[in-house]
Amino acid sequence: MKGSLIIISFFILGTLCGLFELIPINIAETDISYYALCGLMFCVGISVGNDPQTLKNFRSLNPRLIFLPIMTILGTLAGSAIVSLILSHRSVSECLAIGSGFGYYSLSSIFITEYKGAELGTIALLANISREILTLLVAPLLVRWFGNLAPIAAGGATTMDTTLPIITQTAGQQFVVISIFHGFIVDFSVPFLVTLFCSI
Amino acid sequence: MFTIIGLMLMGMLLGFLLREKQLSWIHSIITYLIWILLFLLGIEVGSNEQIIKGLHSLGLEAILLTIGGTLGSVITAWALWKNIYKKKGQES
Repeated sequence: MKGSLIIISFFILGTLCGLFELIPINIAETDISYYALCGLMFCVGISVGNDPQTLKNFRSLNPRLIFLPIMTILGTLAGSAIVSLILSHRSVSECLAIGSGFGYYSLSSIFITEYKGAELGTIALLANISREILTLLVAPLLVRWFGNLAPIAAGGATTMDTTLPIITQTAGQQFVVISIFHGFIVDFSVPFLVTLFCSI
Repeated sequence: MFTIIGLMLMGMLLGFLLREKQLSWIHSIITYLIWILLFLLGIEVGSNEQIIKGLHSLGLEAILLTIGGTLGSVITAWALWKNIYKKKGQES
Protein backbone atom coordinates (compact mmCIF):
# COMPACT_ATOMS: atom_id res chain seq x y z
CA MET A 1 0.00 0.00 0.00
CA LYS A 2 2.86 2.38 0.85
CA GLY A 3 4.39 1.62 -2.54
CA SER A 4 1.14 2.53 -4.32
CA LEU A 5 0.86 5.80 -2.40
CA ILE A 6 4.39 6.79 -3.39
CA ILE A 7 3.62 5.95 -7.01
CA ILE A 8 0.39 8.01 -7.06
CA SER A 9 2.24 10.90 -5.38
CA PHE A 10 4.77 10.93 -8.18
CA PHE A 11 1.96 10.83 -10.74
CA ILE A 12 0.09 13.73 -9.10
CA LEU A 13 3.32 15.71 -8.75
CA GLY A 14 3.95 15.15 -12.46
CA THR A 15 0.41 16.20 -13.37
CA LEU A 16 0.79 19.45 -11.39
CA CYS A 17 4.17 20.13 -13.01
CA GLY A 18 2.59 19.60 -16.43
CA LEU A 19 -0.50 21.65 -15.64
CA PHE A 20 1.35 24.68 -14.32
CA GLU A 21 4.25 24.28 -16.76
CA LEU A 22 6.77 24.11 -13.95
CA ILE A 23 9.24 22.28 -16.15
CA PRO A 24 10.81 24.55 -18.80
CA ILE A 25 11.12 21.94 -21.55
CA ASN A 26 8.13 20.05 -22.93
CA ILE A 27 8.82 16.53 -21.69
CA ALA A 28 5.78 15.14 -23.52
CA GLU A 29 7.50 15.92 -26.81
CA THR A 30 10.81 14.30 -25.88
CA ASP A 31 11.68 10.63 -25.80
CA ILE A 32 12.77 10.68 -22.13
CA SER A 33 9.95 8.40 -20.99
CA TYR A 34 10.76 5.97 -23.79
CA TYR A 35 14.41 5.76 -22.71
CA ALA A 36 13.37 5.43 -19.06
CA LEU A 37 11.10 2.56 -20.08
CA CYS A 38 13.97 0.93 -22.01
CA GLY A 39 16.20 1.24 -18.94
CA LEU A 40 13.45 -0.18 -16.76
CA MET A 41 12.92 -3.20 -18.99
CA PHE A 42 16.65 -3.84 -19.13
CA CYS A 43 16.78 -3.85 -15.31
CA VAL A 44 13.71 -6.09 -15.13
CA GLY A 45 15.49 -8.46 -17.52
CA ILE A 46 18.59 -8.51 -15.32
CA SER A 47 16.57 -9.23 -12.19
CA VAL A 48 14.67 -12.04 -13.93
CA GLY A 49 17.84 -13.58 -15.40
CA ASN A 50 19.71 -13.25 -12.12
CA ASP A 51 17.04 -15.07 -10.13
CA PRO A 52 17.88 -18.79 -9.98
CA GLN A 53 14.17 -19.52 -9.45
CA THR A 54 13.17 -18.20 -12.90
CA LEU A 55 14.13 -21.27 -14.92
CA LYS A 56 12.52 -23.56 -12.39
CA ASN A 57 9.32 -21.49 -12.48
CA PHE A 58 9.27 -21.41 -16.25
CA ARG A 59 9.24 -25.20 -16.37
CA SER A 60 6.42 -25.40 -13.86
CA LEU A 61 4.24 -22.89 -15.75
CA ASN A 62 0.76 -24.29 -16.13
CA PRO A 63 -0.21 -24.72 -19.82
CA ARG A 64 -3.78 -23.71 -19.00
CA LEU A 65 -2.50 -20.15 -18.42
CA ILE A 66 -2.68 -19.62 -22.20
CA PHE A 67 -6.42 -19.03 -21.65
CA LEU A 68 -5.67 -15.89 -19.63
CA PRO A 69 -5.84 -13.42 -22.59
CA ILE A 70 -9.26 -14.83 -23.55
CA MET A 71 -10.46 -14.42 -19.95
CA THR A 72 -9.21 -10.82 -19.94
CA ILE A 73 -10.99 -9.98 -23.19
CA LEU A 74 -14.30 -11.63 -22.19
CA GLY A 75 -14.24 -10.16 -18.69
CA THR A 76 -13.49 -6.64 -19.95
CA LEU A 77 -16.26 -6.80 -22.54
CA ALA A 78 -18.76 -8.12 -19.97
CA GLY A 79 -17.84 -5.38 -17.51
CA SER A 80 -18.07 -2.67 -20.19
CA ALA A 81 -21.49 -3.97 -21.29
CA ILE A 82 -22.77 -3.75 -17.70
CA VAL A 83 -21.48 -0.16 -17.38
CA SER A 84 -23.29 0.73 -20.64
CA LEU A 85 -26.57 0.05 -18.78
CA ILE A 86 -25.68 2.88 -16.38
CA LEU A 87 -24.54 5.23 -19.17
CA SER A 88 -27.97 5.38 -20.82
CA HIS A 89 -26.92 7.89 -23.49
CA ARG A 90 -24.13 5.61 -24.76
CA SER A 91 -24.87 2.51 -26.80
CA VAL A 92 -23.58 -0.92 -25.81
CA SER A 93 -21.32 -1.08 -28.86
CA GLU A 94 -19.76 2.32 -28.03
CA CYS A 95 -18.93 1.12 -24.52
CA LEU A 96 -17.56 -2.16 -25.86
CA ALA A 97 -15.37 -0.24 -28.33
CA ILE A 98 -13.89 1.82 -25.47
CA GLY A 99 -13.41 -1.30 -23.33
CA SER A 100 -11.61 -2.98 -26.26
CA GLY A 101 -8.74 -0.54 -25.82
CA PHE A 102 -7.53 -2.73 -22.89
CA GLY A 103 -5.31 0.12 -21.71
CA TYR A 104 -3.78 0.66 -25.17
CA TYR A 105 -4.92 4.29 -25.10
CA SER A 106 -2.95 5.75 -27.99
CA LEU A 107 -4.21 3.35 -30.64
CA SER A 108 -7.77 2.86 -29.36
CA SER A 109 -8.46 6.59 -28.95
CA ILE A 110 -7.16 7.30 -32.46
CA PHE A 111 -9.37 4.57 -33.92
CA ILE A 112 -12.46 5.65 -31.98
CA THR A 113 -11.94 9.34 -32.79
CA GLU A 114 -11.73 8.34 -36.44
CA TYR A 115 -14.91 6.22 -36.41
CA LYS A 116 -17.08 7.87 -33.78
CA GLY A 117 -15.79 11.42 -33.26
CA ALA A 118 -13.60 13.29 -30.80
CA GLU A 119 -15.94 13.09 -27.82
CA LEU A 120 -15.98 9.31 -27.67
CA GLY A 121 -12.30 9.34 -28.61
CA THR A 122 -11.53 11.46 -25.55
CA ILE A 123 -13.48 9.10 -23.29
CA ALA A 124 -11.51 6.20 -24.80
CA LEU A 125 -8.25 8.03 -24.10
CA LEU A 126 -9.18 8.80 -20.49
CA ALA A 127 -10.67 5.37 -19.81
CA ASN A 128 -7.66 3.52 -21.17
CA ILE A 129 -5.03 5.76 -19.56
CA SER A 130 -6.79 5.31 -16.26
CA ARG A 131 -6.83 1.55 -16.76
CA GLU A 132 -3.05 1.60 -16.98
CA ILE A 133 -2.75 3.93 -13.99
CA LEU A 134 -5.30 1.92 -11.98
CA THR A 135 -3.33 -1.27 -12.65
CA LEU A 136 -0.07 0.33 -11.53
CA LEU A 137 -1.72 1.64 -8.37
CA VAL A 138 -3.82 -1.29 -7.19
CA ALA A 139 -1.70 -4.25 -8.40
CA PRO A 140 -0.69 -5.23 -4.83
CA LEU A 141 -4.32 -5.19 -3.69
CA LEU A 142 -5.48 -7.16 -6.74
CA VAL A 143 -2.99 -9.92 -5.94
CA ARG A 144 -4.24 -10.08 -2.37
CA TRP A 145 -7.94 -10.12 -3.28
CA PHE A 146 -8.15 -11.90 -6.65
CA GLY A 147 -4.99 -13.99 -6.94
CA ASN A 148 -1.74 -13.57 -8.84
CA LEU A 149 -3.31 -13.44 -12.30
CA ALA A 150 -5.47 -10.41 -11.47
CA PRO A 151 -2.87 -7.66 -12.13
CA ILE A 152 -2.09 -9.28 -15.50
CA ALA A 153 -5.78 -9.24 -16.51
CA ALA A 154 -6.16 -5.66 -15.25
CA GLY A 155 -3.10 -4.54 -17.22
CA GLY A 156 -4.73 -5.66 -20.47
CA ALA A 157 -2.59 -4.80 -23.49
CA THR A 158 0.10 -3.11 -21.39
CA THR A 159 1.39 -6.22 -19.60
CA MET A 160 4.32 -6.68 -22.00
CA ASP A 161 5.78 -3.22 -21.34
CA THR A 162 4.55 -0.50 -18.96
CA THR A 163 2.82 -2.65 -16.33
CA LEU A 164 5.25 -5.60 -16.58
CA PRO A 165 7.58 -4.35 -13.80
CA ILE A 166 4.76 -3.92 -11.29
CA ILE A 167 3.39 -7.36 -12.22
CA THR A 168 6.73 -9.04 -11.63
CA GLN A 169 7.00 -7.22 -8.30
CA THR A 170 3.50 -8.04 -7.07
CA ALA A 171 2.54 -11.37 -8.69
CA GLY A 172 6.10 -12.72 -8.83
CA GLN A 173 8.77 -13.23 -11.46
CA GLN A 174 7.41 -16.62 -12.43
CA PHE A 175 4.58 -14.76 -14.19
CA VAL A 176 6.84 -12.72 -16.48
CA VAL A 177 6.46 -15.13 -19.40
CA ILE A 178 2.66 -15.36 -19.20
CA SER A 179 2.50 -11.57 -18.74
CA ILE A 180 4.40 -10.91 -21.98
CA PHE A 181 2.39 -13.55 -23.85
CA HIS A 182 -0.85 -12.06 -22.48
CA GLY A 183 0.16 -8.50 -23.45
CA PHE A 184 1.09 -9.61 -26.94
CA ILE A 185 -2.24 -11.38 -27.63
CA VAL A 186 -4.44 -8.66 -26.10
CA ASP A 187 -2.41 -5.94 -27.85
CA PHE A 188 -2.94 -7.69 -31.16
CA SER A 189 -6.72 -7.91 -30.60
CA VAL A 190 -7.18 -4.15 -29.98
CA PRO A 191 -7.41 -2.86 -33.59
CA PHE A 192 -9.70 -5.72 -34.61
CA LEU A 193 -12.13 -5.49 -31.69
CA VAL A 194 -12.27 -1.66 -31.69
CA THR A 195 -13.03 -1.64 -35.43
CA LEU A 196 -15.65 -4.37 -34.97
CA PHE A 197 -17.55 -2.56 -32.20
CA CYS A 198 -17.33 0.80 -33.95
CA SER A 199 -18.90 -0.64 -37.09
CA ILE A 200 -21.85 -2.34 -35.34
CA MET B 1 7.89 -2.38 -28.91
CA PHE B 2 10.37 -4.98 -30.14
CA THR B 3 13.31 -2.82 -29.05
CA ILE B 4 11.94 -2.90 -25.51
CA ILE B 5 11.39 -6.66 -25.52
CA GLY B 6 14.85 -7.10 -27.05
CA LEU B 7 16.43 -4.99 -24.30
CA MET B 8 14.70 -7.09 -21.68
CA LEU B 9 15.98 -10.31 -23.26
CA MET B 10 19.50 -8.83 -23.27
CA GLY B 11 19.09 -7.96 -19.61
CA MET B 12 17.94 -11.50 -18.88
CA LEU B 13 21.03 -12.90 -20.58
CA LEU B 14 23.28 -10.51 -18.64
CA GLY B 15 21.53 -11.38 -15.38
CA PHE B 16 21.91 -15.08 -16.17
CA LEU B 17 25.63 -14.69 -16.90
CA LEU B 18 26.08 -12.82 -13.61
CA ARG B 19 23.98 -15.29 -11.63
CA GLU B 20 26.89 -16.05 -9.29
CA LYS B 21 26.70 -12.46 -8.03
CA GLN B 22 23.97 -11.11 -5.78
CA LEU B 23 22.42 -8.18 -7.70
CA SER B 24 19.88 -7.21 -5.04
CA TRP B 25 20.32 -3.46 -5.74
CA ILE B 26 18.60 -3.93 -9.11
CA HIS B 27 15.22 -3.97 -7.34
CA SER B 28 15.82 -0.47 -5.94
CA ILE B 29 16.69 0.80 -9.42
CA ILE B 30 13.47 -0.75 -10.77
CA THR B 31 11.46 1.03 -8.08
CA TYR B 32 13.11 4.41 -8.83
CA LEU B 33 12.51 3.99 -12.56
CA ILE B 34 8.82 3.21 -11.94
CA TRP B 35 8.58 6.46 -9.95
CA ILE B 36 10.27 8.43 -12.75
CA LEU B 37 7.95 6.92 -15.38
CA LEU B 38 4.81 7.73 -13.38
CA PHE B 39 6.09 11.27 -12.86
CA LEU B 40 6.63 11.59 -16.62
CA LEU B 41 3.18 10.14 -17.38
CA GLY B 42 1.74 12.74 -14.98
CA ILE B 43 3.53 15.54 -16.83
CA GLU B 44 2.17 14.22 -20.11
CA VAL B 45 -1.40 14.16 -18.75
CA GLY B 46 -1.07 17.54 -17.02
CA SER B 47 0.31 19.33 -20.05
CA ASN B 48 -2.28 17.84 -22.43
CA GLU B 49 -5.02 20.46 -22.61
CA GLN B 50 -7.45 18.06 -24.26
CA ILE B 51 -7.23 15.60 -21.38
CA ILE B 52 -7.41 18.24 -18.63
CA LYS B 53 -10.48 19.88 -20.21
CA GLY B 54 -12.06 16.48 -20.78
CA LEU B 55 -11.58 15.50 -17.16
CA HIS B 56 -14.55 17.61 -16.11
CA SER B 57 -17.20 16.51 -18.60
CA LEU B 58 -16.13 13.05 -19.76
CA GLY B 59 -13.99 11.89 -16.88
CA LEU B 60 -16.79 10.24 -14.94
CA GLU B 61 -17.93 8.15 -17.90
CA ALA B 62 -14.34 7.12 -18.53
CA ILE B 63 -13.76 6.15 -14.90
CA LEU B 64 -16.95 4.06 -14.84
CA LEU B 65 -15.86 2.22 -17.99
CA THR B 66 -12.38 1.71 -16.58
CA ILE B 67 -13.67 0.25 -13.35
CA GLY B 68 -16.25 -1.92 -15.14
CA GLY B 69 -13.79 -3.31 -17.69
CA THR B 70 -10.97 -3.83 -15.20
CA LEU B 71 -13.19 -5.43 -12.58
CA GLY B 72 -14.74 -7.75 -15.19
CA SER B 73 -11.33 -8.95 -16.38
CA VAL B 74 -10.06 -9.35 -12.82
CA ILE B 75 -13.04 -11.53 -11.93
CA THR B 76 -12.59 -13.80 -14.97
CA ALA B 77 -8.85 -14.03 -14.21
CA TRP B 78 -9.72 -14.94 -10.62
CA ALA B 79 -12.00 -17.71 -11.92
CA LEU B 80 -9.13 -19.08 -14.05
CA TRP B 81 -6.74 -18.78 -11.09
CA LYS B 82 -9.13 -20.76 -8.87
CA ASN B 83 -9.66 -23.31 -11.63
CA ILE B 84 -5.92 -23.88 -12.16
CA TYR B 85 -4.64 -23.84 -8.59
CA LYS B 86 -7.56 -25.35 -6.67
CA LYS B 87 -6.58 -28.83 -7.76
CA LYS B 88 -3.05 -28.37 -6.49
CA GLY B 89 -4.41 -27.32 -3.11
CA GLN B 90 -2.77 -23.90 -3.42
CA GLU B 91 -5.37 -21.36 -2.36
CA SER B 92 -4.81 -17.87 -3.87
